[in-house]
Amino acid sequence: MNFKISSFANRTEIFGFLVLAVLIVVILPLALDIFRLNLIGKYLTYAFVAIGLVLCWGAGGILSLGQGVFFGLGGYCMAMFLKLEASTPEATKIQSTPGIPDFMDWNQLTELPWFWEPFHSFPLTLVAILVVPTVFAYILGVAMFKRRVGGVYFAIITQAIAAILTILIIGQQGYTGGVNGITDLRTLMGWDIRTESAQYTLYFVNAFLLFVVLLVAQYVRKSKLGRLLVAMREKEDRVRFSGYSVANFKIFVFCLGAAFSAIGGAMFTLQVGFMSPSFVGIVPSIEMVIFTAVGGRLSILGAVWGALIINQAKTLLSEAFPELWLLAMGGLFIAVVMAFPNGLAGLYTTYVEPRLPKFLSGNGGKDADDDSDADVPLASKQAAE
Amino acid sequence: MVRKIEDKSGLLSSLRRKLILGMAALPVMAMSPLAAVASDANTTGLAVTDDEVTVGILHSVTGTMAISETGSVQAEKLAIEQINAMGGVLGRKIKYIQEDGASDWPTFAEKSKKLLVNDKVAAVFGCWTSASRKAVLPVFEQYNGMLYYPTFYEGLEQSPNVIYTGQEATQQILAGIDWVVKEKGAKSFFLLGSDYIWPRTSNKIARKHIEKLGLKVVGEEYYPLGHTQFNSVINKIRLKKPDVIYAIVVGGSNVAFYKQLKAAGIDLTKDNVTLLTISVTEDEIRGIGGENIEGAYAAMKYFQSLDNENNKAFVSAFKEMWGDDIVIGDVTQAAYLGPWLWKAAVEKAGSFDIDKVRAASPGIELTTAPEGYVRIHENHHLWSKTRIGLAKKDGQYDVLYETEELMEPNPFPEGYQ
Repeated sequence: MNFKISSFANRTEIFGFLVLAVLIVVILPLALDIFRLNLIGKYLTYAFVAIGLVLCWGAGGILSLGQGVFFGLGGYCMAMFLKLEASTPEATKIQSTPGIPDFMDWNQLTELPWFWEPFHSFPLTLVAILVVPTVFAYILGVAMFKRRVGGVYFAIITQAIAAILTILIIGQQGYTGGVNGITDLRTLMGWDIRTESAQYTLYFVNAFLLFVVLLVAQYVRKSKLGRLLVAMREKEDRVRFSGYSVANFKIFVFCLGAAFSAIGGAMFTLQVGFMSPSFVGIVPSIEMVIFTAVGGRLSILGAVWGALIINQAKTLLSEAFPELWLLAMGGLFIAVVMAFPNGLAGLYTTYVEPRLPKFLSGNGGKDADDDSDADVPLASKQAAE
Repeated sequence: MVRKIEDKSGLLSSLRRKLILGMAALPVMAMSPLAAVASDANTTGLAVTDDEVTVGILHSVTGTMAISETGSVQAEKLAIEQINAMGGVLGRKIKYIQEDGASDWPTFAEKSKKLLVNDKVAAVFGCWTSASRKAVLPVFEQYNGMLYYPTFYEGLEQSPNVIYTGQEATQQILAGIDWVVKEKGAKSFFLLGSDYIWPRTSNKIARKHIEKLGLKVVGEEYYPLGHTQFNSVINKIRLKKPDVIYAIVVGGSNVAFYKQLKAAGIDLTKDNVTLLTISVTEDEIRGIGGENIEGAYAAMKYFQSLDNENNKAFVSAFKEMWGDDIVIGDVTQAAYLGPWLWKAAVEKAGSFDIDKVRAASPGIELTTAPEGYVRIHENHHLWSKTRIGLAKKDGQYDVLYETEELMEPNPFPEGYQ
C-alpha cells in the first residue's frame, strides 16, 4: 500500500469518524427502542444525499437543487422490486387482473408494462438502483457541463427536472402509483422487512453502507480530484487553462453524488416500507440542501450530523407542538445560516476544537493545516479579512 | 370563551407531552408498566388506566391539506369532549394525543407508528387523503391498531384495521345519477375530474352506471391537482352540450373551475344544464364563493342544513366550541362519528382490546348521528343515506332529496370494475 493514513485523514477527522461510528453503531441501538431507531435509520438515508452534496456543492461548487430525483430513482427501483414480490397472483386474486401491482389494476392496466419486467430479478434491481440514477446524472452532466452551464443556471435546471419528474410520476399513475406512491411493501426475497429483527438488520446494513460512502467521499476529497474540485470552485478558468477538462471532473462528481443519493433512496424504501413522489420533488430536494448547509457544506461528517439533527428536531418539535413546529423549524434554519455560515461543522472547528486536548486536534501535520485553509471558500475568507 | 379554555388545555397537554418525550428518549417506556394492569378491559397493553384511555388524532394541521383536515380535527375533539362529559368510555375519560401529518404521506406513516408503538393508543381518528391512508395502512395492519377514517373515497379497500366512516364511491355515485336521470331527464353526461385515483375510480363507476341505464357519456377529462386553466374543457362542454356536467374536481382547482364556468356564460341556475358534483362540500364553497356555484347539485350523505334534531344539536355544539363563522361539511360530520362508533364498539365488547373491538364493530348502530341513523356493515363501511343538495348563494345547500333506504356500502362493486 503506497498511501499513509495521515494522507487519507488527519487526527480530527479520524476522531470524528470514530465518534460518529460509536454513536451510530453502539450508543443509539442500545439507547433507543426499535421505533426511534428505525427513525434514525430513515434520517441516515438522507445523509447519503447530504454527503453527495458536500462533494458536489461544498467541494465542487456545483449546487444541485434536484438531488431528490436521484434519491427517488433509487428508491423507486427498490420499491418496484418489492412491489412485484408483494403482488403474487395469490395475494392479488381479488383484482380483475391478478399478478400485477394493485394500483395498475385500479388504473385499468391489464398487463405489466415492459419497464417493470427487469424488477422481477433482485440482482438486476441492485444494478438498476446504481445505474439508472448515475446514467441519468451523466446525461444531465454532459448536456450542461460540456456547454459550461453552471452556477445559478445549473441549480435552476436541476430544480426544474425535479419538478418535471414529480409531475411525470403523478401523471402516469397507472405505471408509477401516482401521488399515492408505491405502498404496502412487505418482503424482500421472502424476508419480512417489517419485523423488528429485520428493522435492526436493515439499520446496521444502512449504517455500514453509510460508512462505505463516507470513506469513498473522504478518499475523493483527499485525492488529486478533490483538490481539483476545490480549485474549480475557486477559479474555474485557471484550472481549465492549466489543461484540465473541467467538465469531465464535474460530470464525475455529479454522477458520484447521484449514486450516493440512490443508495440512500433504496435504503429508505426498505426501512420506511414505501416510496412516493413526495421524495422526488423540489421541496425534499431543497430540504436536503438545508441538511447539508446546517451540518456544514464543507464537511462530510457535518453533513451526516446535519441530516441527523435536523430530522430529529423535526420529529420532536412536531410531536411537542403539532401546530407550531414549522415556525420553530424555520427559525432554526434562519438562525443557523445567519449565525454560522459554515454550519455545525464550522461551529465545531471554531469553538470546540481549540479546547480539545492536543492529541485530538487537527494539527497533527502541516498537511492538515493547508487543507483546512483550502476548504474555506473565498467569500467567507474575504469576509473574515 | 370555550375556545380559550381549549387553548389552555392544549398548552398543558403539550407540556406534559414534552415530559413524556424526554422519557421516551431513554429506553424506559413510561406507559407500558402502567398500562399492563391486568383487567378484561385491556389485555394487550394499550394505554388504558383505571380512569383514562388514550387515543390518537392524526391529521394535517400544517401544509396544503390543513384547510380540509382542520374541520375533522375539530369534530373529533368535540366528540371526545362530549363523550367525556357523559362519563367517558367504560368509566374512563378519553385523553387524546394529537400528531401532525403535515400533508406529507411518509410523515403520516411515521406518526401513526409513533401513536401505535410508543403511545399504545387504543384507537386513532385520522387521515384524509387516500394517499395518507395508503401510507399508514401497513402500519396499522402490522401493529394491529384501529383507524377511523372519515373521508368519502374510491373504495377498493377493506382493511380489518380501518372503520370507514365516510361513503365509498358507489354509495355517493349511484343514487346521485339515478336522481338526476329521474328528476332532470338527463340523457348525456360529461365526466370531469382531478387526475388521481378517487376521481378516476369514481368516474369509472359513474360511466358503467350511465351506460347500464342506456344513456351516453359524451366526454371524460382529467386535470392535475392544483390545475387552474379550465377554459379548454369548458369549450368542449359548450360544444358537446351535455345534459349533465359530472364534476369531481378536488381542492383549490374548484375555485378556478367554477369561476371560469360562470365567466364562460354557463349559468348553473338555468335549466338547460345541470352540474352534479360529489367533491364540493360547504368547506369548499367558502373558497369558491356561493355566487359562483349557486345552482349546482351535490350528492353526499351530509349537509349542514339537514333538518333533524340530532343535526341541530350537533351544529350548535360545534359552533359553540369553534366559533359562529364555521361551516360543517360532509367529512367533518363523518369525522365526528368516529369517536362515537368506537365508544359504542368498546362498550359492546366490554374491552378496549383491538381484536374485541373489531369483532364487536359490525352491526354497531348510531341513532344520534347528525346525518341520522348509521350502522356498521360487515365490510367496515357504514350503511348511510345519500342526499342531493342544491347549492345556494349563502354557501349552504338546500337538501332536495334523500334515498328512502340506507345505501349498502360495496367497496368492491361487481360489474363496475
